[in-house]
Amino acid sequence: MEAEIGSVRLVLELSGINKSFGPVVANKDVNLSVKAGSIHGIVGENGAGKSTLMSILYGFYQADSGSIRVDGKEVGIPDSRAAIAHGIGMVHQHFKLVENFTVLENIILGAEEGAFLSSSRRKARLELQRLAKEYELQVDLEAVTEDLPVGVQQRVEILKALYRQARILILDEPTGVLTPSEADHLFRILRRLRDEGKSVILITHKLREIMDATDTVSVMRRGELIATAPTASMTKESLAELMVGRRVLLRVDKSPSTPGEVVFDVKGLNVRDQRGVRMVKDVSLSVRAGEIVGIAGVAGNGQTELLEALAGNRVPESGTVLLNGEEIAADPFRRRAAGVAHVPEDRHAIGLILSFPLRENASLGYHRRPEFGTSPLLKRSQLQHYAQDYISDYDIRPPNPDLRTSLFSGGNQQKIVLAREIEHDPEMLLVGQPTRGVDIGAIEFIHRRLIELRDQNKAILLVSVELDEIRALSDRILVMFDGAIVGEASPDASERELGLLMAGVTQEDQGRG
Amino acid sequence: MPSFLNIRQIVDFAILPLMNVAVALLISGLVVLFVGQNPLEAVGYLVSGALGSGEGIGFTLYFATSFMFTGLAVAVASHAGLFTIGAEGQAYLGGLGIALVCLALDKFVPWYVTLVPAAAAGMLFGAAWAFIPAYLQARRGSHLVITTIMFNFIASSVMIYVLVNLIKEPGSMAPQTRLFDAGGLVPKLGEILPVNIGTAPLNVSLFIAIMAAIFVWVLIWKTKLGFEIRATGANPAAARNAGISYVKITIVCMLISGALAGLAGVNILMGDLGKLQLDFPAGIGLVGVAVALMGRGHPVGIAVASVLFGVLYQGGAEISFWMPNVTRELIMLIQGLVILFAGALSLMFRSSVYSLVDLFRFSKREA
Repeated sequence: MEAEIGSVRLVLELSGINKSFGPVVANKDVNLSVKAGSIHGIVGENGAGKSTLMSILYGFYQADSGSIRVDGKEVGIPDSRAAIAHGIGMVHQHFKLVENFTVLENIILGAEEGAFLSSSRRKARLELQRLAKEYELQVDLEAVTEDLPVGVQQRVEILKALYRQARILILDEPTGVLTPSEADHLFRILRRLRDEGKSVILITHKLREIMDATDTVSVMRRGELIATAPTASMTKESLAELMVGRRVLLRVDKSPSTPGEVVFDVKGLNVRDQRGVRMVKDVSLSVRAGEIVGIAGVAGNGQTELLEALAGNRVPESGTVLLNGEEIAADPFRRRAAGVAHVPEDRHAIGLILSFPLRENASLGYHRRPEFGTSPLLKRSQLQHYAQDYISDYDIRPPNPDLRTSLFSGGNQQKIVLAREIEHDPEMLLVGQPTRGVDIGAIEFIHRRLIELRDQNKAILLVSVELDEIRALSDRILVMFDGAIVGEASPDASERELGLLMAGVTQEDQGRG
Repeated sequence: MPSFLNIRQIVDFAILPLMNVAVALLISGLVVLFVGQNPLEAVGYLVSGALGSGEGIGFTLYFATSFMFTGLAVAVASHAGLFTIGAEGQAYLGGLGIALVCLALDKFVPWYVTLVPAAAAGMLFGAAWAFIPAYLQARRGSHLVITTIMFNFIASSVMIYVLVNLIKEPGSMAPQTRLFDAGGLVPKLGEILPVNIGTAPLNVSLFIAIMAAIFVWVLIWKTKLGFEIRATGANPAAARNAGISYVKITIVCMLISGALAGLAGVNILMGDLGKLQLDFPAGIGLVGVAVALMGRGHPVGIAVASVLFGVLYQGGAEISFWMPNVTRELIMLIQGLVILFAGALSLMFRSSVYSLVDLFRFSKREA
């Protein structure tokens, strides 16, 4: 029995899916049909319910009501084992590979047959060679997983799903960790899978990828699936409008910068991470007043450690950091006192104390300043006053300074951190991933606020793995690869040029090539 | 949303502690039943013994005073994310400081003159004893739980040496100092207030304990230092990013904790015993851990939990007096059960009660 619409076979049908977590409705009456042999994109802001829906499909959660049909037959998916049995495979945002296993071992892990490994190995090797040829998924099966680049590890995840005979492949934000060229390769693989009759569900917040890679697109907003349409009938602008529910400016309006004196000067910085691996290699850079310098690069190339060291959270192995010509010690307290503000990459880990009310987070780190009282007592009225200001200036919702910070959405939490760091009048602002996990509507606001700060003649160092964001905001772009700064580019540089730099091909090499 | 929070707070601060105590008493009742006695009769003695007379209340509050000092000590550290077991040893060493001042001054000045330097010495000695584990935790990463437990044993040995070899009353066989003169004894509450507490040793230390509770409340929730302590406890990495020094907070917090524990000796030595004797803390440090957990680190909660444990101590003594088959050891078992359920297992029922409350609330809303 096969469900058909016209001549198109539906491989997956979700109907009337509802799911609530306590008072929060994550999915509301969601209906979704995926055609065989198609790439189906799902877009939506954070908290729109995409991940919940996919978790229901993969057996992590059970729907409160509604039904799932695979190939027209109603199925129950109590756990991921059942999902795999029905031919559903998932490539998670954070890979689930055993790092010190070989590729082959990772692929057969959990799918071994018999008491001894050798027979599974032999069988797997043959099967994988066939798959690799069929889908352009070449991977060295004997390589140790941790030695492989991220893009290749992702291919291992895809192979793993295919080896388990997945016919419906779910990819959750697959390009976050890839260079542009790796992303292109991934999309080639996905198209190949589609042409062989597989179905791909691509979850992403990057509108460009939806436009480039998908055949059909569904938009989710506040738990509801509000539209499904052929991708060709949509534009980026119309998708954004559907996602947010109002018109959105996707480009940042900014005037050319008028940079002044060098404010922030970094010389010969070397940083090791906790494993002792040198993650930042001899980095020197400077930021002038009234300019935004963007650090581009694929995640994991030392940007995190660089930012941590600049903020004083990580003591560098060597190197100096100068603010207005004076060296400042590697200590968060000294850096902040000197006027270096820091919006950390991971707001949950080090930017906020989630169990505190907004009021207390809104001044965390600045609470020793005289405006909060010159006695040992902390003036609560002042905390309240500042929090109220930020709430109205940054449109933080719900507008309640006494609410626990963990109860705000990611975008509003980010606004709390930004408000705190920007409004204490820094000389220099370090910003890491300012819009990670932030809704499109809030992204627009955050970008505008950063440009405003620049126009107040402040120096800003921006680290982001979103190349679009770097290009939209920066006045100068430095590209980081393998811990070193491998090149400088203007924001008008072509994506190809930046992509090559991000992949470690230096400008000299490019000239030669 | 706020009402949602409040219900959970009610669960945390009222329902859960009551449930834990109820379960502990239920199991205790079974134990009493097991030795062939009537548990209801035991409960009767417990309540009437602890709360039925002025004297009983006096004893209950006397015990509660000691528990408040150690409970506050544990709570201050817990707000910085530090789990200290060391209040016992700090109280013990604090007692040495108090006794030294009393022995030096008691013949020359009245009690209210002795009290201030004696309390200061108790705090100083307690804080000093807390400093080494604090330093090791802050700088060397040695686990505070382990080091504070070890320091309790070291305190015990040190005090045996000091009592036996240095400050024992000459000619006495007992490892204790001479009795303090009037200048080293604080007045019992019955002597200064129109209350009848019989022979109960409840004394002015109760007011010091209440002042200490107010101090802790102001420190933790009203001062910049308290803000930094709470920040460090809730998220050390974020606190560090905000420029708060983990080393400083750890050490300062433990010094305050040790000082609070050191004050317990004022109640026991100057208020009751009138001398320094071997093993005088007798477990108040461990009860302090249970009190702090049960009181959720809040001074009001700690005061309530302290009184509860005071009831158990005083009422328990009463039970074993009237029901000889319920031995002293059985009473300790019951106290241990309350410590176990109210302290170590204090959050055992939390998630199930939460889901029960949620179920009730949301089904009501839908209806």
